[in-house]
Amino acid sequence: MIELRDVHKSFGDHAVLRGVNLTIPKGESMVIIGGSGTGKSVTLKSVLGLVKPDSGTILVDGEDVEKAHRDTFLSHFGMLFQGGALFDSMTVWENVAFRLLRGSLKRPKAEAREIAIDKLRRVGLRSKVADQFPAELSGGMQKRVGLARAIAADPQIIFFDEPTTGLDPIMSGVINDLIREIVVEMGATAMTITHDMTSVRAIADKVAMLHDGVIQWTGPVGEMDAADDPYLRQFITGSAEGPIEAVR
Amino acid sequence: MDVTAPVAAIGRSTLRSLAALGRVSIFTAQTLRHILIPPYYPREIWHAVIAIGWLSLPVVGMTAVFTGAALALQIYAGSGRFGAESVVPQIVAIGMTRELGPVLGGLMVAARVASSIAAEIGTMKVTEQIDALVTLSTNPMKYLTAPRVLAATLTVPVLVAVGDAIGIMGGYLVGTTRLGFNEAAYLKNTFDFLQFWDVGSGLVKGAAFGFLIALMGCYHGMNSGRGAQGVGAAVKAAVVASSVLILASNYLLTEAFFGS
Ligand SMILES: Nc1ncnc2c1ncn2[C@@H]1O[C@H](COP(=O)(O)OP(=O)(O)OP(=O)(O)O)[C@@H](O)[C@H]1O
Ligand SMILES: [Mg+2]
Repeated sequence: MIELRDVHKSFGDHAVLRGVNLTIPKGESMVIIGGSGTGKSVTLKSVLGLVKPDSGTILVDGEDVEKAHRDTFLSHFGMLFQGGALFDSMTVWENVAFRLLRGSLKRPKAEAREIAIDKLRRVGLRSKVADQFPAELSGGMQKRVGLARAIAADPQIIFFDEPTTGLDPIMSGVINDLIREIVVEMGATAMTITHDMTSVRAIADKVAMLHDGVIQWTGPVGEMDAADDPYLRQFITGSAEGPIEAVR
Repeated sequence: MDVTAPVAAIGRSTLRSLAALGRVSIFTAQTLRHILIPPYYPREIWHAVIAIGWLSLPVVGMTAVFTGAALALQIYAGSGRFGAESVVPQIVAIGMTRELGPVLGGLMVAARVASSIAAEIGTMKVTEQIDALVTLSTNPMKYLTAPRVLAATLTVPVLVAVGDAIGIMGGYLVGTTRLGFNEAAYLKNTFDFLQFWDVGSGLVKGAAFGFLIALMGCYHGMNSGRGAQGVGAAVKAAVVASSVLILASNYLLTEAFFGS
C-alpha cells in the first residue's frame, strides 16, 4: 500500500504539489490523469525520493519512505520513465537485464539474456533488437524497452509514466493488456500516468485526477463516467470549454 | 543608494562560495566512502581505466615529446649565457619529472577526461538515466563516480611516468641531433642525476591530479542543469575547475615536497 499525505512541492516560487492526498491499496492499479505540467511525474518521483517533497509524508506499507526503508522498497520495484531513460552506453538486452546482471538478483549472463529477450517479446519486440543500442530504435520502441526493463525482475510495485504515449493504437492495446495482466496475475501494485482515456479504462481499478496541485477527484474507474465533477468531465470529454484553462 | 549594498553583495557571494565548498566536500567524502565500501563494479572500473588511461596516452605522449624538445632548446640557450650548456640533460630531466610531466599531462587529461565525464554524466542526468539507476537499486555515486575517480587516481600517475620518459626522450633527440650532445653521455648524465623522489613526487602529483579531474567531472555532471545548455555549462565548469585545481594543488604539493 502506498499513501501520500498532504504532500507539498515547489520549484522556486512555482508551487507544483499543494497538498496531495492519495492512497493506493496493495494489488490495485491506480491511474493518475491530469493536464500536462500539473505535477503527475513529480508525484511519482516524490514517492521514489528522486524529488524531495517540501512537506507531507509518504508511506509504503505503513513505513515512512523518508527513512531507511527506501532500499528495501526499491528492491522489488520497477519504473518506466516518461522519456524511457534507457542507458545509451548499453545494448537493449543489457538495459532490460540491468538488475539481473548485478546486485542481489545477479544471475548467469546467458540466463539474464534469456529473461531479457522474453520480456522484450512481451512488449512486442523481436529478439533481433536485443543486441542493438537504444539510440538505434524509434521512440515507441525505446518506450517499450523501458517497459521491459521495468518488469524484468518481476517487481511487486510498478510505476508507469505514460506507457502508451507515442505508440500506435495496436501496440497501445498490447501494452494495456500487459499492464493489466501484471496487476492481475502477479498481484502487483501499479501507479500509471496517462493521457489516453482508452488506456485508463483498460488498466485502472481506480482513477485519480490531479489538478492545481491537489487530487481533484478520485474513485473507482466505473464511477468515473457518472461523476459530476466539472474538471473530470472536461478532461474525459476533452473539451476546450470548462473550468480547466487551456493556457497554463 | 543604500550604503550596505556592496557589503551585502560581498556577503552573498561569500556565502555562495562557502555553500559550494561544502557541497564539494560532502561529494568528496561520499566518493571516498563508495570507493572503499562494497559492492564494487569491476567492469565499470575497467572501462574507466581504458577511457581515462589508455585512450589518453597519445595526447599525453605528444604533449611530453614537444615539451621535452622545447625545454632542451630553451635551457641550452639560457644556460649558454653563463657557459653552462652541459646541464641540459639534468635540467630537462628534473623539469619534466617534477613539474612539466605531471602539470602539462594533468592539464591535457583534464581537457580530455573532465569534459567527457561531465558531458556523459550530465547527459545521463538530464535524460533521467541517473534517476533510472536509483530505481534499479543502484547508487549512482557508487556506480558512476567511484569507478571513474578510482581509475583516474590510479592511471594518471602511469600516464605521468610515460610522459616523463617520452619528454626526456624529446630532450634527448634535440640534444643529440641539434645541440651536439654525445648520445651515451646525455643518457648517463640524465640517469646519474635523477633521484627517486624527482620521479616519485611527480607520480604523487599525478595521482592527486587524476583524483581532482575525475571528481570535478563527476561533480559537475551530477549537478548539471536541465537541457543541453545545462550539460554545456557543466562541461565548462568541470574543465575550468579541474585545471585551476591542478595548478593550485601543484603549487601546494611542490611547497610541501620541496619548499624548505
Ligand atoms: N527538476 C525540476 N526543476 C524545476 N521545475 C520542475 C522540475 N521538475 C518538474 N518541474 C516543474 O513541475 C511541473 C510539473 O512537472 P511534471 O513533469 O510533474 O508534469 P506532468 O504532470 O508529468 O506533465 P506531462 O503530462 O506533460 O508529463 C512543471 O511545471 C515543471 O516545469
Ligand atoms: Mg510527466
